[in-house]
This record gives sequence, C-alpha cells and structure tokens, in this order.
Amino acid sequence: MSEHLNFHYNVDGENFVSAGQASVQVKKNLRELGLPPEVIRRVSIAMYEGEINMVIHADGGVADVDVYEDKIVITLDDRGPGIKDVALAMQEGYSTATDSVRSLGFGAGMGLPNMKRYTDDMRIDTTVGVGTKITMTINF
Amino acid sequence: MNSYRHSVVLDEEKCTGCTTCIRRCPTEAIRILNGKANIDTERCIDCGECIRVCPHKAKKAMCSKLEHYMHYKWKVALPAPALFGQFNGLEDIDEVLEGLKSIGFDEIYEVAKAAEMVTAYTRMYLKTDHIKKPVISSACPVISRLISLRFPYLKDNVLPIMPPMEIAAIKAREKAEREHPELKPKEIGVFFITPCAAKVSYIRNGYGGFKSNVDVVISLSDIYFMLLSAMKRGNPPTVNSEAGMIGIGWASSGGEATALLNDSYLSADGIENCIQVLESIENGNIPQLEFVELNACIGGCVGGVMTIETPFIAKTRLQTVRRYLPVSRNFLSGEEAYVPPEFITDGLPEYKPITRLSDSMGQSMRMMAEIQQLRQTLPGIDCGACGSPTCRAFAEDVVRGRAADGRCCVVLQQQKQQNTYADSMKEDEI
Repeated sequence: MSEHLNFHYNVDGENFVSAGQASVQVKKNLRELGLPPEVIRRVSIAMYEGEINMVIHADGGVADVDVYEDKIVITLDDRGPGIKDVALAMQEGYSTATDSVRSLGFGAGMGLPNMKRYTDDMRIDTTVGVGTKITMTINF
Repeated sequence: MNSYRHSVVLDEEKCTGCTTCIRRCPTEAIRILNGKANIDTERCIDCGECIRVCPHKAKKAMCSKLEHYMHYKWKVALPAPALFGQFNGLEDIDEVLEGLKSIGFDEIYEVAKAAEMVTAYTRMYLKTDHIKKPVISSACPVISRLISLRFPYLKDNVLPIMPPMEIAAIKAREKAEREHPELKPKEIGVFFITPCAAKVSYIRNGYGGFKSNVDVVISLSDIYFMLLSAMKRGNPPTVNSEAGMIGIGWASSGGEATALLNDSYLSADGIENCIQVLESIENGNIPQLEFVELNACIGGCVGGVMTIETPFIAKTRLQTVRRYLPVSRNFLSGEEAYVPPEFITDGLPEYKPITRLSDSMGQSMRMMAEIQQLRQTLPGIDCGACGSPTCRAFAEDVVRGRAADGRCCVVLQQQKQQNTYADSMKEDEI
C-alpha cells in the first residue's frame, strides 16, 4: 500500500520548556494506530533527542513522522549551523552544547548516539552554515 | 469487554452537561452524551479529577455505608493515615483510634503501620541485583492503572510489593483469627477507611488477577462526621497507636520516598505532573534515580476526594501529630532478609491498547487520515460544546462512529453566516 500517514511538527527554537511536546503527541498517535509499545518507545526516544538537538543547536526546525505499514520514517530538518565533524558528533559524550544549556541538564553528548541506537537506520545530511537533515527509519 | 467497575457515579439530576469535567479529564475518558457526562470505563483511571472539578457536585465516589455492615461480629478498622490530618488541634492519634472504637469497631489496624513495613521492604528491594531503576511506587492505584494502560514499558519498574492498605488487611485478618479462634472467618470484617475513589475501585476489582483482602470500603468523610461527635478529648485512650513518623508521613507527597533514607529519589503529585514524569522516564530523560514516588492527588493521599480538609492544612496538622513520635515502630527483626512472598505482587493489569482505532494497522491508518482531515475543518478552540473534550477528540469520535459529524456549533454558525451573506448577495442582484 503506497498510502501513508504524515505527522508534521514545527519545533520552536526559543522554548526549552515545550521541547519534547512533539514526541508526546507522536506517542499518542502511534498508540491509536495500535503499534507495539516497544516500537512506540523507540520512536519516542529518537524523536525526543532529535527535538532537543534542534532546540539546543539549530534554533528549532521541522519534524516529520511518516508512518507506513511496515516502518516509520522520522525526518528532522533544520537551518542551523550544520555539523562540522559527523564522526566526532556521533561519539558518546561529545557535545558542543554551551555551559548554559548543560546547566539545564542537556548536552550530555548522548543525543545522536541514542538516536542511532534506537533506530534501524539513520542518515545525516549536513552542510556547515546551511543546516542539517536527519532521516531515521524504524522497521517493524 | 468492560468488566472494570469504577467507583465514580453521576447524579444525573445535578449534571448540567457543562463540559467542565470533559476538559479536565487527563485521559479524555468523558463525553457529554444527551446532555449528561458519560465516563468511558476502559479509559478511566479513577483519579477523581472530575469529582474535584464538577461545579454542580454531580459526581461522587460510591462507598459502602458502615451501618449496612454491622452484621460482622468482629469489625477491624483500617484507617488511612490521611484521616489523622482532618482534625483541628489533634495532639494524639490515640484519640482518633479510640473514637473509631466508640463508633462500633472492635479493633484497629493502622495502615500507617503497614506502610512502615513497606518502607522496610522497599529498602531491601532497592538493594536487589538486576532490577529496573528507578523503582516506581505501587501505592497509588491511579498511577498503577495509568502505567498499565499508557506506559507498559515501565511495568517492570513498579515496586512489586503490595500497597500498605493491602498488607494491613492481610495482617489485620491474621491477627483477628489468631486472637479470636472462636470467630469464623466470615464473621470478621476488614474495613478500609479511604481518602480516595481509586482505592475503592481497586478493592472492588482486585488487581491484575488477585482479590483484595479488604471486605468493606468506607469513605473517610463519612467516618469523619461520625468521629466528630464520638471523639472525647481528655479521657485517657485505651488504644495505642503503633505507627511512627514514617508511617504517618506516607499520607502526604514525599513521605514514602524520604522514608527510604536514600537521596536519589523524585516525588511528584497531581495527575498531570505524574504523567509528565512518566513521559520523561520513558524517554530516558531524567537523571539516574533509585526511587520515584507518584501520587495522583495534589499533596498526596491527604488530597484525596474523600477528605475534608485541604491537603496543605492536613499536611501541616500531620506534622504536629508526628512531632513526638518515634521515627518508626515497625523495624523488621534482623532475620528477615527478604520480602515475604505473600506481600509480593506483579499486580499490574495486562497492557491493553485501549486507544487503538482498529485491530488492523491498515484500517487504523485510514481512520487516522480521516481524523486528520476532519480535524482541519474544525475551529481548534476546544470549546467542548459538541460533547468531546477537544476538536481532535471530536474528529476521532466521529471517525470511530461515536459522535455524529455536524455537531460543531462553531462550524454551523460559520455556515449560517455564509448562507446569510449569500442570500443577501442574491437579494442585491434582484
């Protein structure tokens, strides 16, 4: 079936407090679709980490969750600074977050590694000075 | 299958269909049908929020009346510690216990006493290898039900020890049978005095397959009014409380967690706050913690819908009552190195995807697409006039066949205005 569902969210870059809202809404929708709890949790974590990243590093962006009958594709698109060294950014514990962000409890350097861990496939398209697009797939 | 019996009932005469409750229900379980609030029993978690917010007092929790159960030869009262926070100027818990005897109970077994046992067992359990952390308290039945319905992934984090009320009931019956061998088991009645509606539902329905050991549930507010006239100050009481600071502390939020003497804990109260904490735990978005205490009612059990006093005043009073008590009166003997198996439970009900749109994924996706489409045509002001809590919920109700499309009064109004406009244009043409 070529039909699929799309959930679209604007992630507000100004607002730490509302960061994570999209992942809560995605969870609600996926529960209604009857997906297994484990899949819902993986999507929710990947989505949450991605959302936080966009707020911390890129002043927000857009998030799309596309649901197919056998997989979910999460696309996070921002017009932020881009990632200089993707391999380094993928290392656990590496973070370029500022001290003020860390003081809020974010910036532990686990965002990208967690996104990779909880998804079956992750692709990062990034250009310094232009932005970053991350595409994650979860199969079921 | 709808076998879950809730304790919240509606007084149809008082309900005006005003929509206050539908918009405050944390699980969107209420709809206005034919002008009256109707609860979806599968979604309801017994949090009591609708009872609290109803401006017409049309919702209440059903409890048993003490006078209907006087046929038990031996009646044991299980007072929740929240009861002791209701009385102005109370210095000594024994006065309340004495009062309970004078209104007809033969024996008292304090839930606070059992709570101290749960505290001791929890400390033991936290030292067990290979358990999922943070351990989440099992004491609030609303939270347990919420986890089983909405956070199945956190099921194994829930403390597998029975809540204090249940342990108190088991212990109370044991004691009565031991001390009064002349009594037949069915002549002994164990009465829990409840501060909240959720515990009533819990007792009636049992819990993931096991039956509660409480025989009768009486509302704390009913008992309060009986006690007011029965309690005599000044006379030396003949019963002695067996609870300490820790047990009494369980009545308010944070009491259970601080008693663990472990600084790696979180305690939250109020149902929306609890949901937020559970979302965070599920996303791995909280610091490493040993223990999480969640209470659906603001302030903890003292905030239950069957209490008299506001939770903050009750908490303050409990501080006074606790003042000169020993920390705990229920230290375990050193021999007990493990939690007794009869107090262990994996009591959470099975996960059921209750919000699922249909059994088939393809069909659910088509329905979700329809919901999204219909939602776009609605005003998005979530006024509740259609009977559903939000425009999104209304769209879902229509697609599920639970509400008729065309009930949105904002859309109807807009259509009417457009028609009037079109008519006036026609008249102009003439």
